[in-house]
Amino acid sequence: MTLVEPAVAARVLERALIHGGDLAELYAEARQGFSLSLDDRRVERPQSGREHGACVRVVQGESSYYGYVDGLDEAELVRVADSVAGALRGQDRRPAALTAAIAAKGHPVHSRPEDVGAARKADLLRACDERARSAGPEVSQARLGYAESRRLIEVYNSDGRAASDDRTRVRLGAQVIARRDGRVETGRETRGGHAGWELLDIDPEEVADSAARKALTLLDAVDAPTGRLTVVVGNGFGGVLLHEAVGHGLEADAVQKRASVYAGKLGQLVAPGFVTACDDGSREGEWGSDGIDDEGTPTGPTTIIEDGRLSSYLYDLLCARRDGVDSTGNGRRESFRHLPVPRMTNTFFAPGEATPEELIAEVERGLYAVSFGGGQVEPATGDFVFGVSEGYLIEGGRVTAPVRGATLVGNGLDALRSIDGVAGDLEIATGYCGKAGQSVAAGVGQPHVRIRELTVGGTAA
Amino acid sequence: MSDLTGHAQRAVEAALSAGATDAEAWIEQATRRQIRVYDGEVESLSDAGGRGVGVRAFVGARSGYAYGTELSEAGVSDVARAARAAAEVADEDEHAGLPDEFGTARLDGLASPELAAWSTERKVELTLAVERAARAREGVTQVENAVYSDAEGSVALANSRGFAADYAATQTWAYASAFAGEGSELMTGLGVGLGRDPAALDPEAIGREAADRALALVGARQPQSRRCPVVLDAFVAASFVGFIGAMLSAESVQRGRSLFADREGDEVADATLVVADNGTDPDGPASAPFDGEGSRTRRIPLLENGRLLTFLFDSRTARKAGRATTGSARRGSYRSPPSVGTTNLVVEPGAEDFGGLARLAGDGLYVTDVAGLHAGVNPVSGTFSVGASGRLIVDGELAAPVRELTIASDLVSMLKAVRAVGSEARWVPFGGSVKAPPLLVGEMAVSGS
Repeated sequence: MTLVEPAVAARVLERALIHGGDLAELYAEARQGFSLSLDDRRVERPQSGREHGACVRVVQGESSYYGYVDGLDEAELVRVADSVAGALRGQDRRPAALTAAIAAKGHPVHSRPEDVGAARKADLLRACDERARSAGPEVSQARLGYAESRRLIEVYNSDGRAASDDRTRVRLGAQVIARRDGRVETGRETRGGHAGWELLDIDPEEVADSAARKALTLLDAVDAPTGRLTVVVGNGFGGVLLHEAVGHGLEADAVQKRASVYAGKLGQLVAPGFVTACDDGSREGEWGSDGIDDEGTPTGPTTIIEDGRLSSYLYDLLCARRDGVDSTGNGRRESFRHLPVPRMTNTFFAPGEATPEELIAEVERGLYAVSFGGGQVEPATGDFVFGVSEGYLIEGGRVTAPVRGATLVGNGLDALRSIDGVAGDLEIATGYCGKAGQSVAAGVGQPHVRIRELTVGGTAA
Repeated sequence: MSDLTGHAQRAVEAALSAGATDAEAWIEQATRRQIRVYDGEVESLSDAGGRGVGVRAFVGARSGYAYGTELSEAGVSDVARAARAAAEVADEDEHAGLPDEFGTARLDGLASPELAAWSTERKVELTLAVERAARAREGVTQVENAVYSDAEGSVALANSRGFAADYAATQTWAYASAFAGEGSELMTGLGVGLGRDPAALDPEAIGREAADRALALVGARQPQSRRCPVVLDAFVAASFVGFIGAMLSAESVQRGRSLFADREGDEVADATLVVADNGTDPDGPASAPFDGEGSRTRRIPLLENGRLLTFLFDSRTARKAGRATTGSARRGSYRSPPSVGTTNLVVEPGAEDFGGLARLAGDGLYVTDVAGLHAGVNPVSGTFSVGASGRLIVDGELAAPVRELTIASDLVSMLKAVRAVGSEARWVPFGGSVKAPPLLVGEMAVSGS
């Protein structure tokens, strides 16, 4: 399917450059989605949506001019191109002839989710509800969500680029509440990927079961300790720490504005020699994967920390041009209503040699942070804060009581330097990353990682 | 009647023809502009149009939702049919349905004609002035960005019970993010302003605020752990109030997700803290004549004399509780069905200026920024531990800057520990739309080194 005929795209790019510009780009998108939830034993909020639209962008020097419209008719696209060109004051420039469109090497979708009946999706949620409730009598409530989306995108630019991608994502999420006396605890779990309905072929109810077990475990939680402790961070969603505290600081826009502690540190040792980290938007079927980024650059692996040394920043076209390098395929946008900015795709620590058990066995007193409720970082300083949603005490080399209300407070560079162990069990989890008012699917991951010392802000006096 | 209302009525007709027993259509159309400047130059400039329709279809006690961007007759019919089809999979909900009462509040001044009179060049000038004001402060090492944005939009709502209404609104914002210090000592500060048109924005004040907030933190160190009085500045107070407001939704309460469940009428706060949800405040960014399902908006007192007076209801939660709607059905956009939420949360100003709050605190902490609020608060139990930065208060005066600390308490204990409310309230676009003054909390656990 073609959203915008190449001949139309060529005319739109021509109009966009009528008052000059170094680069003109047309980004067209058609998106459709379906979602459904179950709450309080009831299937509700069935919702479907269809949108299409386009964004025209002209880059002149350090300035970007853009406009977008809900619609793909040539007349509408030309109107947007004219309005964008109207903000420039230069000489007419001819765009390069468009190359033949290259369809991205996509990710396999074996079973199209839109071909699966809505009733089956409702039944899946009911089965998850049952599984969550069967985890124990203290489970009082389960909230489940299913969402699928498909985005067809096309990118044309005045350098002759023509590319397209067809992206399907499926995600199942569970939030389970357990109660005992006055105590109320929540457990969460998700499964998602750049994939089709097949993602839920094998035991999808396990997602609900896992969330329920977390909630039940937390009922026995003790107040979190306070102070400087050794922290073992769990695999999978534990990678949100890397994403927030390091990854954002490596996005080239922050670096170029000197809004990152990692500015000027390329080639420097920022972590022990056994630490390697990557961003890879091409990992098959992962949540943060795409065939191309939203500027038409193929996705691929970028090593950001190699044997402890900072080895690359993450680039979109604009930032890459500024540094005289190639885009790393990290120009991402939430939709045609947004400008692309450098964003992570799937970001993770590469697996090491240790086992998780070994990492824990060496800790006399510490915190085992399995999962985070979310986090926030100030890229300029690297200071971060994370709420630990599932955590345990480590005492005498063993995982003991669950803890509630722990917060990790620290600094990305300090934390990287104090990594003293990486396990081999790499796993990537599904996250949504917010930046510049845009939310995109981002894979966060890692094997178990141990940090020698971090400030734990607890609730215990 | 506007064109938009006509489209909405056609969508309702189409849903009924497809077999819906009741239907409602929400249509939006908006133009948005945004200007970002960096280092004295325009970094990006956008001018964009958007539109869309969302249809809620009821089939007896089942409901479904669909949305789309195509406002043609065919496009609107497709959306209506998709909503009708979606309703098939939902379970029956005896409380679902259109509201029993419809209406519009009389509200003037939501749309300022002044906005249209501003050329793009003037808006660029204003944005550059924000950046200049931030850079002008000695010690500012960088202004990461200065941003101006505005929106003018229209909304129409129609339903199968005969309600049809529309309104137009304008909104402008500007903010700047400034840095002071270098390297690991680099501190950031945010300055914001908002209004109905660009004339309501004071570029000097916004830039200066960003600079001053960053400069105030230069040299910050991790403080020692302690329990002490804490002054929350207006930004931080607004974030907390917004978080609490979300928990007063009857939806959260009925689903067992609010620590305020069963506490209506109870004493949950100190009497000095007076909070209302006001959907009709002419300055409120979230003000509108009707809510997301056509009920009249109004001012709803939430906390008075320390008591929790009511939860916020839409028609569904009201029916379930045997109450009346409070006009609190909210729409994020046409892409989502209405759900219960706050409009503008307004905290009544108190008697103390900032100096007075600091004197009352004696020895304590002044918090100007919190991080990770949504990750750090357990929405069910209300316990929280969030990252913070600010200044120490010594002998009633601001002293050394501090960072890398957490403040911890639980929300009800914090509300009850409010000792004084500042006299200067301001609109803050955090935690939804909130107008808050600074607050003095008698005691919190501060954890540092």
